[in-house]
Amino acid sequence: MTVPESRPGASGTETHLLDPSHLQLLIDALRADGYRVIAPTRRDGAIVHDEVSSVGELPAGWTDEQQPGAYRLRQRGDGALFGYAVGPSPWKRFLHPPLLRLWRARRVNGRVELVPEDAPPPKYAFLGIRACDLAAIAKLDDVLLDGPYVDVTYRAVRGQALFVAVHCATPGGTCFCDSMGTGPRVGDGADLILTEVVASGRHFFVAQGATPRGRSLLAALGCPGATADDIEAAEHAIADAPDRMGRDLKTDGLRESIYAQPEHPRWEQVARRCLTCGSCTLSCPTCFCTTVEDATSLGGSESERRRRWDTCFAVEFSHMYGGSVRLSARSRYRQWLTHKLSTWHDQFGTSGCVGCGRCITWCPVGIDITAEAAAIRQRVSAGLGQSLTE
Amino acid sequence: MSTVAEGAPATAADVMRPDLYRIQRVRRETHDTFTVELRPDRGGARIAYRPGQFNMIYVFGAGEIPISISGDAGAAARLVHTTRAVGTVTNVMSRLKAGDLVGVRGPFGTPWPTELARGHDVVVVAGGIGLAPLRPVLYWVLAHRADYGRVVLLYGARTPQDILFRRELEQWRARFDLDVHVTVDRGSQAWRGSVGVVTSLIPKAPFDPRDAVAMMCGPEVMMRYTALELQRRGVPVGQIYVSMERNMKCAVGFCGHCQFGQYFVCRDGPVFPYDRVEDLINRWEI
Amino acid sequence: MKGLEELLVDHAFFRDLEPPHLTLLAGCASQVRVDEGEFLFREGEVARAFYLVRHGSVAIQSITPHEGMVTIQTLGEGDILGWSWLLPPYRWHFSARAIQPTVVVGLDAACVRGKCEQDPGFGYDIMRRFSQVMASRLEAMHLQLMNVYEHRG
Repeated sequence: MTVPESRPGASGTETHLLDPSHLQLLIDALRADGYRVIAPTRRDGAIVHDEVSSVGELPAGWTDEQQPGAYRLRQRGDGALFGYAVGPSPWKRFLHPPLLRLWRARRVNGRVELVPEDAPPPKYAFLGIRACDLAAIAKLDDVLLDGPYVDVTYRAVRGQALFVAVHCATPGGTCFCDSMGTGPRVGDGADLILTEVVASGRHFFVAQGATPRGRSLLAALGCPGATADDIEAAEHAIADAPDRMGRDLKTDGLRESIYAQPEHPRWEQVARRCLTCGSCTLSCPTCFCTTVEDATSLGGSESERRRRWDTCFAVEFSHMYGGSVRLSARSRYRQWLTHKLSTWHDQFGTSGCVGCGRCITWCPVGIDITAEAAAIRQRVSAGLGQSLTE
Repeated sequence: MSTVAEGAPATAADVMRPDLYRIQRVRRETHDTFTVELRPDRGGARIAYRPGQFNMIYVFGAGEIPISISGDAGAAARLVHTTRAVGTVTNVMSRLKAGDLVGVRGPFGTPWPTELARGHDVVVVAGGIGLAPLRPVLYWVLAHRADYGRVVLLYGARTPQDILFRRELEQWRARFDLDVHVTVDRGSQAWRGSVGVVTSLIPKAPFDPRDAVAMMCGPEVMMRYTALELQRRGVPVGQIYVSMERNMKCAVGFCGHCQFGQYFVCRDGPVFPYDRVEDLINRWEI
Repeated sequence: MKGLEELLVDHAFFRDLEPPHLTLLAGCASQVRVDEGEFLFREGEVARAFYLVRHGSVAIQSITPHEGMVTIQTLGEGDILGWSWLLPPYRWHFSARAIQPTVVVGLDAACVRGKCEQDPGFGYDIMRRFSQVMASRLEAMHLQLMNVYEHRG
């Protein structure tokens, strides 16, 4: 999915001017409509997503510093509500929960009854979602909605979800959405798009509705239209974001290079560092692997089937009688990277990576996917060893 | 917020919910292999199966595993599965009795190319438990015998005690329109048949290599060697089909476990034309 | 009754042998009938001949400590039996026993080796064919050794 040029004041869409108090009205309106508003908040030294009821819960004036294996928050000296990149947790935990009950079974007198799940799906409004994370949700749609089978849970929650997105003004030290064509500007997928401006003593948002739902929400807030100057200020705030990416990843020829070189020496090198802890898969917004497990009551009369997140870095992931197919750390790292940057194309027609940089930041040993990809993109000669006659 | 999210309302389209089936019979085949016969509990829809497909069988309290259909794909109301008792789920399943309930999801996966093979010779090469997913091919071909040319079954087992479906094999061997050759890796004192690897049966088997469709199933190593030997005999690589196996949790392409290169074995397989997987199957730890 | 040259060229192993080489080989050949249960040779003996199996079935066997005589492989019509005669110390490392009434064409080892020395072209042809036999046996042995049907864990 490429990001079309969505400018804050693109013609044909009404652009409104909001101040932070209007955001509170927006939150109130969403909650009155039955939405649970999920937004960035500051907790435990990081910016994480949680349910909010007030604008005051957003991390005003904070920004993040991200490097391989390093993350810290720092105060900006202004009141920006969205002046940071992305935190450790992707939004997928709401659409594709880490733990989900699939069904329950009750055994009574030799009969077994399957008890369906009849709780209504939660209604979420995501406030402050970035282009990379929206792109990630589109990729999860490819996996869970567009194939021969449909994940009904995902479809139900995703179908009701509402997205209030923000154009990124502060890319991070590990960001490379620009290389992946997924940001920093928001493309498709949002209902409402905001651009935050903190400049010359003013703090405001330029807002556009991108769907009928978004437009009616915006209209109900009763905000004034944005002036040409407002729109220009908004454009200025995000114009050079693509140049401030912390990382970049050259994608041409990458897919083929990775697939064609399963014995590239780099795999062995990175494996010596990799702890196979799976932090990358936990924080990645497109990783979708799950496993199923059973929980049975002590008496055996009731059992539950649950689905939970899994990681291809676990040895048991590829277990078959006789052992695991991917026993070495080398093969597991190779599987993850090959899937994310190469075979995802064969499966779903796009790259699996959105360039959010979380895997780089949250890797305990600081493995950098952009560095690994750059190394493997180099073709190595197929010759054997080193010639002794030269 | 609850720690276990409650799932969306279950609908007919919810592929993660099994249908209930009752065990008609559990039959021991060899010391570590058994067959279960299932019928839908309370009527149930008739589903069309194709040879090569598999179901996810759920044993209450133990778990769920993929097992290929090993019976007649034409008899949809009677599901037959053969498996080794190698882990928790299969061991519990082997001790179930007639009348016990299990859950069934399926059928899943790509079938053997019985349609494509019409008008051609059919060569079935099975190793060990690999005969189980191939048996439906033989049922199908024999039920439509006039549609096929020469039909050959080559089967290798570890020892004579490990030969599956022995009585059926002997009956088939007695037919005039089917060639059955069985070999074992290790003979016994009483064994008077062939001893040697199943690939050694290929050079002399009675079929036309250029006109044959070959279907093979067994341990991965055996399938690699068999494919080599078939190609040496002159069977084009595009006419060789293999059934792959990988860890499966969902069988619908969502859990990611069964990935084999770019393929999901549950959805793009388990049956593959060999030319598509030849590179992958020769790679280490893919 | 077929001549020895005809018998040789009939057999899959020597099917495309050049006529002069065929004649050389026939000079070392004789046809033998073996009863069921009879040993063609035993482990440890000097390898005096190799055999083309025309009809019947021969079991390659070896003595193992726990199981006694174990059959490693069975050979039938069209197969070739024995390559230990080609390389020193020219001793069999397994036994061969007919498990059905069997007819073989035996080729005298010393005779064939002598002709290989005299006629390098013939020698190369024989070496080439037997290399192929050894290669297939090795591959089959790899597959057998890997014990692929065994369940581990």
